[in-house]
Amino acid sequence: MPKQTEVQKPNQMPTTDDCMIQLNGVHKWFDDFHVLKDINLTVNRGERIVICGPSGSGKSTLIRCINHLEEHQKGQIFVEGTELTGDLKHVEQIRREVGMVFQQFNLFPHLTILDNLTLAPIWVRKMPKKEAEDLAMKYLERVKIPEQAKKYPGQLSGGQQQRVAIARSLCMNPKIMLFDEPTSALDPEMIKEVLDAMIELAHEGMTMLCVTHEMGFAKTVANRVIFMDEGQIIEEKEPIEFFNNPQNDRTKLFLSQILAH
Amino acid sequence: MELVGRTTGCFRWMQTNLFSTPLNTMLTLISIWIIYISVPPVFQWAFLNADWVGNSREDCTKEGACWVYIGFWFKQIMYGRYPETEVWRINISYLLLVGSLVPLLIPRFKYKGFVTIFLLFVYPVISYFLFIGDSFGLLLVETPLWGGLFLTLVISLVGIVASLPIGILLALGRRSKMPIVRALSIGFIEIWRGVPLITVLFMSSVMFPLFLPEGMNFDKLIRALVGVMFFSSAYMAEVVRGGLQAIPKGQIEAAEALGMNYWNTMFLIVMPQALKMVIPGIVNSFIALFKDTTLVLTIGLFDLLGTIQIIGTNAEWLGFHIEGYVFTAFIFWIFCFGMSRYSMHLEKKLHTGH
Repeated sequence: MPKQTEVQKPNQMPTTDDCMIQLNGVHKWFDDFHVLKDINLTVNRGERIVICGPSGSGKSTLIRCINHLEEHQKGQIFVEGTELTGDLKHVEQIRREVGMVFQQFNLFPHLTILDNLTLAPIWVRKMPKKEAEDLAMKYLERVKIPEQAKKYPGQLSGGQQQRVAIARSLCMNPKIMLFDEPTSALDPEMIKEVLDAMIELAHEGMTMLCVTHEMGFAKTVANRVIFMDEGQIIEEKEPIEFFNNPQNDRTKLFLSQILAH
Repeated sequence: MELVGRTTGCFRWMQTNLFSTPLNTMLTLISIWIIYISVPPVFQWAFLNADWVGNSREDCTKEGACWVYIGFWFKQIMYGRYPETEVWRINISYLLLVGSLVPLLIPRFKYKGFVTIFLLFVYPVISYFLFIGDSFGLLLVETPLWGGLFLTLVISLVGIVASLPIGILLALGRRSKMPIVRALSIGFIEIWRGVPLITVLFMSSVMFPLFLPEGMNFDKLIRALVGVMFFSSAYMAEVVRGGLQAIPKGQIEAAEALGMNYWNTMFLIVMPQALKMVIPGIVNSFIALFKDTTLVLTIGLFDLLGTIQIIGTNAEWLGFHIEGYVFTAFIFWIFCFGMSRYSMHLEKKLHTGH
């Protein structure tokens, strides 16, 4: 099992300034399990990509490799032109520009909502407290829950918590937002409020990479829909083409299963 | 058994809790009998038939406890062989400590950070000079003269205050991905945990000087303090590690995804949650440490218990061992119960929000 990332060759670097994320021949293993097999992907500025697929297909692992929460063993990952290696300084630099929203929200339960939002700007971007709080309130208003600022995460509903999580990532002014099944842990009536926040974000031109089962969302805002199965990208198309005219049999099978109800 | 009579009040409580079933009734009666044969005699011995006032052995006339004994030796019990004329220095230090702790307990006090820094860094230095002397015109009082409750407090406070930060660093080190750091942390913890405290004290007192070059000598109390510090840090490390393990990985991932570095993540996100979770374990370690300080008797340091033992051998006051031990137990109980109640208060206070 190869353990090192390959040496970066200059002619493989992304050529345009608009290229936000580039994956070249990325492989990943969990011990012996080959979870990502030869992934090649380009995401440009302002694009919204939806990744779907059966569970265990490696979709979450893929986006977690982009902000180095998982480490790839082979291939190259470029985020905004910087290569992701084990180098901690690069990793931290990239993480400041890439926001992530998790399925389990992962809010900090011992801090108020306002403190949850201002923590990173104050400690990572060294922003003064007042400025950070103004910024936090601005984004809380954007996700339509400014009145919850002084409460604790445990006092909010799931939908509210996830919107706080989105606002928290936005406070760091990221260029790219990653969503790892953001609505999968929510009750159905709360899914809409979170999707609305994400759609608004998309309309403002944010580059988004979203792992989700919400096909309605994909049809509304996605530039491309990617289907993954068993660690490989099977199909990658624009939404209309993808849903109406899937080429691969596995894609057809998956779509028939999830669109059945 | 049918419940009759009024629906509220003491009688009803007794019916519901003490006499509700035949088994409960029997247990209640047995308990009452046990209390009857044990408590009144103890109460009589300790209070009713006791001598409270007096100056010498002749004043111990009643059959009960002779608290005159404690009163007579009170200075030694409190301060050991510290010169009576210099005891005011210790008292000033006590006042300073209590005075600094009071603002920390007031919820709305704004300068808690400054007070904490003062307590952690300035107060120990001030106390050191007050206790030792030999500067600022104060008389030198060497550490062999320190004793009684004063010595117990010195050893336990140093151990308690040092063990938490060192323990936290060791716990983080043990979970680190860097192999050398992890190996050193595990090694430290397992060595200091694997040896009884009495052996640690013995080795610090007897063996350690053998390894020092000729003429170099460390004060015996300092050696004991270092031993106690390392010993309790090893225990604290494992308590803290238990808390660290209980923090969901998602917390660290969220912090990392926001671009926070290791130390920010640990001290702003993980530690506050982990420490809050293991307050019972931490306070437990503190209470155990407070009581373990009595072991310094084995290396010739006379803490509270040691002083009581020594007093018990005084020719004029033979036969008052029980009073001595009861009083010692009482003092220990006050401090330990105080810590326990403060921990309960802290847990209740920190439950705000979730």
